[in-house]
Amino acid sequence: MKARAFSYVCPATVAEALDAFAAAGSEASFIAGGQSLVPALALRLQAPECLVDIGRIAELRGISQDGEWLRLGALTRHVEVHDHPLIAACAPLLALAAPFVAHPAIRNRGTLGGSIALADPASEFPAMMLAVAAEMEIAGPAGRRRVPATDFFQDLYQTAIEPGELLVAIHIPVARPGHRCAFDEFARRRGDYAIVGCGVMLALPADVVNEARIAFLSVGSTPLRARAAEAALNGRPLDAAAIRDAQAALASDLDPADDEQVPAAMRLHLARVLLGRLLGKIAAAA
Amino acid sequence: MNAPLGALDRPNSYIGRSVSRPNAARLLAGRGRYVTDLVLLRMLHVAFLRSPYAHARIVSIDAEAARAMPGVRLVATGPDLARLCTPWTGTLDHFKGMKSAPQLPLPIEEVLWSGQAVVAIVAETRAQAEDAAEAVTVAFEELPAVVEVDHARAPGADRAALAVADNLCFGSRLDTGGIDGVFADAAHVVEEEFHFGRHTAVTLEPRAILADWDPSEGKLTVHHATQTPYQFQDLYSRHYGIPEASVRVVAPDIGGSFGMKLHVYPEDMAVVGLSMLCGRPVKYVADRIEAFVSDIHARDHRVRARMALDDDGTILAMDVDDVTAIGAFSTYPRTSAVEGNQVIRLMGAPYRFHSYRAELSVVFQNKVQTSQYRAVGHPIACAVTERLVDLAAAKVGLDPVAMRERNLIADDAYPCASPTGYQFEALSHQASLAKLKAMMDYDGLRAEQAALRQRGIHRGIGIASFVEISNPSPAFYGIGGARISAQDGAILTVTPSGEVRCQISVTEQGQGTETIVGQVVADQLGVPRERVRVITGDTETTPHGGATWACRGAGIGGETALQAARKLRGNVLAIAASILQAQAGELDMRDGVVVDAASGTERVSLSEVARIAYFRSDTLPRDLSAQLSVAHHHAPQGYPFAFTNGVQGCHVELDVETGFVKILKHWVVEDCGRIINPLLVDEQVRGGVVQGLGAAFFEECRYDENGQLTNGSLADYLVPMACEMPDIVVGHIETPTADTELGAKGCGEAGTAAASAAALNAVNDAMSPFGARIAQIPMTPARLLKALGTI
Repeated sequence: MKARAFSYVCPATVAEALDAFAAAGSEASFIAGGQSLVPALALRLQAPECLVDIGRIAELRGISQDGEWLRLGALTRHVEVHDHPLIAACAPLLALAAPFVAHPAIRNRGTLGGSIALADPASEFPAMMLAVAAEMEIAGPAGRRRVPATDFFQDLYQTAIEPGELLVAIHIPVARPGHRCAFDEFARRRGDYAIVGCGVMLALPADVVNEARIAFLSVGSTPLRARAAEAALNGRPLDAAAIRDAQAALASDLDPADDEQVPAAMRLHLARVLLGRLLGKIAAAA
Repeated sequence: MNAPLGALDRPNSYIGRSVSRPNAARLLAGRGRYVTDLVLLRMLHVAFLRSPYAHARIVSIDAEAARAMPGVRLVATGPDLARLCTPWTGTLDHFKGMKSAPQLPLPIEEVLWSGQAVVAIVAETRAQAEDAAEAVTVAFEELPAVVEVDHARAPGADRAALAVADNLCFGSRLDTGGIDGVFADAAHVVEEEFHFGRHTAVTLEPRAILADWDPSEGKLTVHHATQTPYQFQDLYSRHYGIPEASVRVVAPDIGGSFGMKLHVYPEDMAVVGLSMLCGRPVKYVADRIEAFVSDIHARDHRVRARMALDDDGTILAMDVDDVTAIGAFSTYPRTSAVEGNQVIRLMGAPYRFHSYRAELSVVFQNKVQTSQYRAVGHPIACAVTERLVDLAAAKVGLDPVAMRERNLIADDAYPCASPTGYQFEALSHQASLAKLKAMMDYDGLRAEQAALRQRGIHRGIGIASFVEISNPSPAFYGIGGARISAQDGAILTVTPSGEVRCQISVTEQGQGTETIVGQVVADQLGVPRERVRVITGDTETTPHGGATWACRGAGIGGETALQAARKLRGNVLAIAASILQAQAGELDMRDGVVVDAASGTERVSLSEVARIAYFRSDTLPRDLSAQLSVAHHHAPQGYPFAFTNGVQGCHVELDVETGFVKILKHWVVEDCGRIINPLLVDEQVRGGVVQGLGAAFFEECRYDENGQLTNGSLADYLVPMACEMPDIVVGHIETPTADTELGAKGCGEAGTAAASAAALNAVNDAMSPFGARIAQIPMTPARLLKALGTI
């Protein structure tokens, strides 16, 4: 299929991009890497009258550290998350998740901001924003604001970004020495959307977990934090009993839908297996 | 690894050598010319509006708004094309009692599956045609959709197509007699109910066609991504009433076909009529979404089968019931009954037993048509047989290899016939199994398996012997009234420069047909391979022939090339003998030079012979009749099919907590007779194995209860990818057929024939400590977790 005709603008600044979007009314879409939008256009699932290409806005690029925070421009490509030394040092969970994001060709084009703004519940990076306690910087006609990841993902493909607003950067607290993290997922084929995926970030300064953040992908209409499982770990040594309790607690965290290929019971079972393996790996390495 | 070549053992022999494909560099450089790449002057594009319903009546079509849209040149519906094109019915005479509803390029009253093309919109660009398609309104009256096979077979069931009396397309029964008694008296009986999912070809290049009707001379040229240009020349001629000689079908570079590109598709027939209505070239390229709902699907069988054995594990009998659902009509012109027919005839084929009964029911339903796809019927028959053999081995207490050693037809027992009526000339099951066992270090793997089980690692080993059908004679289609040739033709010419041009009717879809034909010609003529140019895929420039399908390219096309090359060599030597005043019998051609056969002394080059023959014929004797062009046709004689055989081994690791399977390694020993090009044979086998493993673990067209395909995209339909595929080790036994000089049989289906069976046995072997078993493919994690009782 071929996309419907659309007009195209390529602004140089965030302000110009917001103006271009406003000028097009509600019939515009921002485009960055295009890895989700272009197929949707070709399938005519989306047919905006105007595409506002943010790909040449310099402000949206770059990865930098500012004290306790890491700033990733929205145009940061997946391959940069995969390769950048600052990510490996300051946000190691993202580096662990990056190889699972689709395939190299897609990682070369797709952007972190695009993935997070789309908020596909089956994507790795949106879920990992919950695990790393990221904050999204959003620019709009009324100015800029920062929204914590827990408030950002609202429903299926719905985020805190209002129409006419643009995600400009992702801010991530720099991981501290006591942090341990792990990521894995179960996918039918390498690079496929996972049946279930999980990122774990534990503050484990001594032998006791004092802050656990566990985020799942592909288990609901949004990326999900497993707060009951986290509670089962907090304040306890990371031993077999704690891990079992965290696995059991997932029943109250997750309520996956029944799907033709993956019954709800199977998804919950796989989430438990996955969490158990990730926590076991961290425990074994500690 | 080739057996002694005998008469084929000449200096500079190319037969048996891994010659690389001369066209591979061009394709890799992006210089291939596929139908999609072709641009003709005044060319139009068509988009089709498709039915959203699995079964519905067309009440009305409103296309007025679409006709007025930018770039639109024609909006056509069923009646517009029915005025030009006669209907077709997918039945064959030798399938007694077979029935199917007649089909037209676009339906007039009734749509039969979700995705069927209903309205054609022709415009200057594809995008404009798609814009206009959105403006066409079709009023449908939904009819009950027949989806499930038991629903289709129930008495008084809704009909999938209102034009046929009931949903049974074809039924067949084989019975050697006395089977109930054999089962009653048997020491052991094993049985299972098998489910084989629907899947589809997913060629790299989708279906594509560009029809160009020239009203000034009443000539139709169709550039068509097909395996079988001659078949389509005949069909376009007869259904559009154009003399055959005025229809030219050109199959340029083809990006894979696997049987998918030799069937009649309504869109393809429509494009011819649309070009006639517009008087301009019209192009249609199926996009991937359209491919999933309009390319043929394959398989979709439910088989209930049992096997009787005596107390020492000797197979006594098989009893099989195959129900296969094929969509709402049978595919034209090869039908949708061939697969089921081959399923019931290939059952138990590697084994020595005498009592057999089978029932086949080919059933209509409201889904896209199924038909012949790589290894037609083989994977079903092989998986059922091989799974029962493993179940029997477990019951009798034999190792799976020992069970097969006990029951395989002995290598010295040929010729012989199967209880289903197939005649085997010479097969090598025992030698193949012995070789496989050594290649995979079977005993070592078993020891490793036992040790790893102690550590909670569950690996499985699966074995599957198979028989493959190749080199089909007219017994396949011709006997049923289809104008599908079992013979092939070649025209071989020495050019004035002493190069060789081979125009041959077998076709190239990426598997290397042109390479092996060139090897055979160069070998038999005695010229360097680089001097042979092979031309295929154009009805205007090559002789009529069956082309490439059912593993006939090497066996039949290769023999055609061999005979033609020998004929031309005789002519060259006759002319050379005249020039040299020598005896032709004392001369030979080697490496493009006529030599003294005994001493090898160079006498005259082929290019000099050609120069004299073309430009100085005045210097040759007037009575010299030898010419530098020859034509030769060859049809299989002797056995109706050249059967081949082999055996596969699959090694997997099952994660019993998740139901995920890692395929560790796969082995194949196959016997395709004379190997012309070991590299290409190995790659055919490997590609076939990957398709078989795809069926075993990944590929499935899933439908909901309304007959809607729910995974019709490459995001949802899982094709096997390199990351999940194991190393595939290939070994060979060579048992040439004596029916031809070349002795080559097919190898294209061997990999697909048994890979899924070996994988099914391997996974069941891995699950055996848990008392779990599975008899359904694809073996998805959900199905395996269910089998294990986890969910």
